Amino acid sequence: MSFIDYFISALFLQAGYNSALVAVGAGLLGLSAGSAGAFIFLRKRALVSDAISHATLPGVGLAFIIMVAFGSDGRWLPGLILGSAISSAIGLLMVEWITRKTRLTEDAAIGAVLSVFFGLGIVLLTVIQSMSSGRQAGLENFLLGSTAGMLISEATTIAIAGALAAAFVFLLRRPMTLVAFDPEYAATTGVNVRNIDLAMMGLALIVTVIGLKIVGLILIVALLIIPPVAARFWTNQVGKMIGIAALVGGLSGYIGAVLSAAEASLPTGPIIVLVAFGFFLISALFSPLRGGLASALRHQRFQRRVHRRQGLLSLARREPIYDGLTIRILRRAGMIRADGVATARGRIAAEKAARDEARWAMARRMLPDDSAIERYDGLTPIERMMTPDQIAEIDRMIQSAQNTAGAKA
Amino acid sequence: MIDNLITALGAEFVQLSLTPILIGILAAIACALPGNFLLLRRQALIGDAISHVVLPGIVAAFLVTGSITAVPMMLGAGGAAIVAVVMIEIVKRLGRVEPGAAMGLVFTTLFAVGVLFLEITDTSSVHLDVQHALLGNLESLIWFDAEGWGSLFDPEALATLPPQLPRLAIVLVGIGLFIFLFWKELKISTFDAAFAGAIGIRTRALGFALVVATAVAAVAAFDAVGSIIVIAMFVCPPASARLMTNQLGRQVGWSVVFATISAVLGYVFAGYGPGWFGSPYAVSAAGMIATVSGVILLLTCLFGPQRKRTGQRAEA
Repeated sequence: MSFIDYFISALFLQAGYNSALVAVGAGLLGLSAGSAGAFIFLRKRALVSDAISHATLPGVGLAFIIMVAFGSDGRWLPGLILGSAISSAIGLLMVEWITRKTRLTEDAAIGAVLSVFFGLGIVLLTVIQSMSSGRQAGLENFLLGSTAGMLISEATTIAIAGALAAAFVFLLRRPMTLVAFDPEYAATTGVNVRNIDLAMMGLALIVTVIGLKIVGLILIVALLIIPPVAARFWTNQVGKMIGIAALVGGLSGYIGAVLSAAEASLPTGPIIVLVAFGFFLISALFSPLRGGLASALRHQRFQRRVHRRQGLLSLARREPIYDGLTIRILRRAGMIRADGVATARGRIAAEKAARDEARWAMARRMLPDDSAIERYDGLTPIERMMTPDQIAEIDRMIQSAQNTAGAKA
Repeated sequence: MIDNLITALGAEFVQLSLTPILIGILAAIACALPGNFLLLRRQALIGDAISHVVLPGIVAAFLVTGSITAVPMMLGAGGAAIVAVVMIEIVKRLGRVEPGAAMGLVFTTLFAVGVLFLEITDTSSVHLDVQHALLGNLESLIWFDAEGWGSLFDPEALATLPPQLPRLAIVLVGIGLFIFLFWKELKISTFDAAFAGAIGIRTRALGFALVVATAVAAVAAFDAVGSIIVIAMFVCPPASARLMTNQLGRQVGWSVVFATISAVLGYVFAGYGPGWFGSPYAVSAAGMIATVSGVILLLTCLFGPQRKRTGQRAEA
């Protein structure tokens, strides 16, 4: 079967029970990671999860050593997950403690905890490698994730835990939103900000430890960070953003797991991260709300309007136009001839622009505090912002101003 | 006891342990020096980000040149660091997201690219893998031709020193000079960027130069000792030093002391520690050095004379 065939059949869960379960597990993991990550992102603490994920390593090592000491082969996934959860919880509390009790800032605490815990974990891994039963431990797979040879029981564990984490996010979404946006206000309404913060990070912790096997501890943080960043491009509303982040995370996990199952040499974690990054790129470029393409188009449209307006005003004042873009825009609109002289259409439009400009100038003098004036961008025709009565009044004022000026002359 | 010490510091020590310890010390100090300023500027995690993106840089250099010689590796890693800094800036502006999230997005993606390239290309012929990138190979940087302390004065033996040692020494001198020459500017722009700008210091250029110095330190140290030590040394010694004093000069001094202690004790514990427990195997020196720096930080967090924020009550 070719790679594409396999990929398509795996995408629709036709490639065997085991890989289907892994894909669903990775999808659920991504779903909970995306939604939990959305809150952490809004709370501006994205990199705390980096400390949490690196802090799992000593727990994995110690759990393995303890399980071997009790006579098992040490690779029992729930045991390793429990160990990693305990050590990353200690890491998380250390970050909290350092930030609260000393003058060091949170980023320093994060950097210290992640490097030291990771270093300690590496020491333990080398200890394990020297143990007779540890040689085939395969604990290095926890660094970058691997779904190859995953047991069905392990995939089930991950799928259930992922669903539980997603349910937790759903239950805690209101207080977490409140704390993410306005912790002071949340505190005055009786929400315990510190506990909610810890719960948020606790969710990151759960996602991390269940993601260890699939994504690996170095890259799991990407699944918490990239989906919310991508989601932020599409909406300004929290509820929608969390939904989109969950969707992006879920799809990344699912597609990534399927891709790496279809091509066994591809490590799962990096693939999932790159799929998520693909979603980020699409969002950053093509989102109609904040995407790069949409902003560029908006900018270009605005620029053209400004050039058109300024060109027409020059025509009205019978000044020559030198700016290339302005000439091109007016030419294309049939406002000027090739030699720069205004056509009939151009003269009418220019007159209208000049009248509009004069009306606006008078309106600013008459109604300096009017809301229409404050919103004026120098381009909008006055008819769109003011009533016919107001415009008639403005015209009368212009007329009388011209009369007095004429009288003086 | 004395006999033990003399054997411990004898010819075998010079051959097997002297160069790794020296390289560890140089790498630790080279990272700790710029780390002081990163810490005070709240950019401590730049070091983290840079040390992650070194991997794709090195892999890319390998894919282009087909060898793992030092110069293309350094160039590739340096290039990747610059790409990462630019990408972080773009993501920050385009997505209007906080720096932490932008950083996390960029360095995980680049790291994933590096790992993927490693896996899909055939690098088995050369010593290039993720483990090596993370852990370095400090223990293997031995001085084959050394026959004892006398070799230090033997030009022939000196020529066979591991090349990482002189390279790190040069980098350390360079970074030291940068900090020495721009001491006043760095100090002012770190503590009061607006004032620095007002008196004509080019704060943006200086900030970029600091990031470049960080990248150079990370790349040079990475080659010898792996990325764990790099991240740990960027953060831990300066953070511990910050809790010892309120003066920048003394803080830098303390950070050098702490970095040196971490490197020496970490190497000794890793190499000889398991033997004290009757195990014939050594553990990872890189991991142990990071661990020791963490223990030092923990001690300063508990007992450092300046560990509180100013104005914070003693029993807060």
